[in-house]
Amino acid sequence: MSAKVSCFFYVKVFSLLVLFVTFFNVNAYSQVEQKAETDTAVTTTQEHTEGFNAGKMIMGHIGDEHDWHIIGDFTIPLPCILYSKTKGLDVFLSSNFEPHHGEERKYNGYEMKEGKISLLDYETKEGLLTLVDVKVYDFSITKNVLSLFVSAALLLFVFLTVARSYKTREGKAPKGLQSWLEPLILFVRDDIAKPTLGTNYKRFMPLLLTIFFFIFFGNLLGLIPFFPGGANLTGNIAIPFFLAIVILIVIIFIANKHYWGHIVAMPGVPKWVLIILTPIEILGFVLRPFVLMIRLFANITAGHIIALAFYSLIFIFGAKSVAAGYGVSVVSVLFTVFMFCLDLLVAFLQAFVFTLLSSIYFSSAIEVPEHH
Amino acid sequence: MNLITPDPGLLFWMLITFGIVLYILGKYAWKPILKALGERENAITEALDQAEEAKKQMASMQAENEKLLAQARSEREAILREAKEMKESIIAQAKTSADSEGKKMIAHAKENIEREKTAAINDLKNQVASYSIEIAERLVRKKLESNKEQEELVNKAIHDFHLN
Repeated sequence: MSAKVSCFFYVKVFSLLVLFVTFFNVNAYSQVEQKAETDTAVTTTQEHTEGFNAGKMIMGHIGDEHDWHIIGDFTIPLPCILYSKTKGLDVFLSSNFEPHHGEERKYNGYEMKEGKISLLDYETKEGLLTLVDVKVYDFSITKNVLSLFVSAALLLFVFLTVARSYKTREGKAPKGLQSWLEPLILFVRDDIAKPTLGTNYKRFMPLLLTIFFFIFFGNLLGLIPFFPGGANLTGNIAIPFFLAIVILIVIIFIANKHYWGHIVAMPGVPKWVLIILTPIEILGFVLRPFVLMIRLFANITAGHIIALAFYSLIFIFGAKSVAAGYGVSVVSVLFTVFMFCLDLLVAFLQAFVFTLLSSIYFSSAIEVPEHH
Repeated sequence: MNLITPDPGLLFWMLITFGIVLYILGKYAWKPILKALGERENAITEALDQAEEAKKQMASMQAENEKLLAQARSEREAILREAKEMKESIIAQAKTSADSEGKKMIAHAKENIEREKTAAINDLKNQVASYSIEIAERLVRKKLESNKEQEELVNKAIHDFHLN
């Protein structure tokens, strides 16, 4: 009975949050836009006539940044950790970067453009001192890295708390956070791991649960438009890429003879067919995790792009006439609320699909052939 | 192109963070959680099995009770029937014994009466004999006086005897 009530309570709070968040977002972006407009007005007249550049704004938001823009002129500087052959290790705050020329910002020889830091330095080449583009290894705590830390901290906090409540309330019905997450844990175990992996499921539970909740929490954090959230973490190609690599490595480690045999030389197939089949199988082997990566990346990024595009409509119309801007904002907000709800579903769905497919790939890698 | 090129910095931090998260959660969260969940499920299954068992036992006990009750009922009926029979037989016996006792008493009484009667008759006979002897005596004494007187005397004696 109380579990039902509290579940309903969560839904209510969440829907209120969604509404609040959406309106907050509109305000935030309108201020961003004002600033952007004044900036562009100062720099170039060409951009001024063009007005608001939606594509640039959207790409900026879904990409990575070296500082975290909060609202208006307020940004949180993040530490830059750079390594280059000529300068060695350099650690400094991103607020040290001074606006230099247009979009570029410079500090101490480093040059930041569209979220990428490059270094122009003098190097002796064939006895001559020449200006060259030196390779910079950028290990900065960027917006996405900080967001990664936040979601990791959240994961640790939430699940260690839940684990503790399992200890203190041993054998009793779940309560609070525990009762909220238990269905998800059971879902991963009973609907993802058990049906695909059968009796072997226990080995893979830690990895599957971690991946599921990492993606799910990351997706949800990405949907919160203010400070700790809002970064396009799971939609940044590096994260799905890493997760896909993890899946690939696990498959390589656990795969049995049977699995490799099917890839290298499919049994029961004429030799000449193998010439075609083996490359396809090898391609498929790599393609599976690759598709996992693309699916997660594309879904989450697309969700962010669509939400931002609806907001951009407000300013595109607003640039033509203020009334049109206000008029469109109603439609935009409604659409964004709809998209937000859809993205909540997608946040869960993508975590589910990624985990389920990983689990299926694992099961095919450890499958023992049946002798008829 | 920027969008689909994995950033090495982010990859590096992801490797470290994900590794730590996987390790800590695997050791301190998933393991105890899954263990607790499994234990709870086992406990629930066990409890359900026990309840089922108890239900079965209850059912069998109830059947036994029913059987006992039926047995008790039939026993009671038997006892009642027996008691009734006994009562009837006792009454019948009492009746027959009373009858025979009565008859016996009557016979005894009759016997007594008969005895008294014969005694009385004997007594009477004896008396008649003694009176006869007395009369005969008186007759003998008065014989010499006259016949007439003799006759008178006999008649008087007879009359006396008769009166007696």
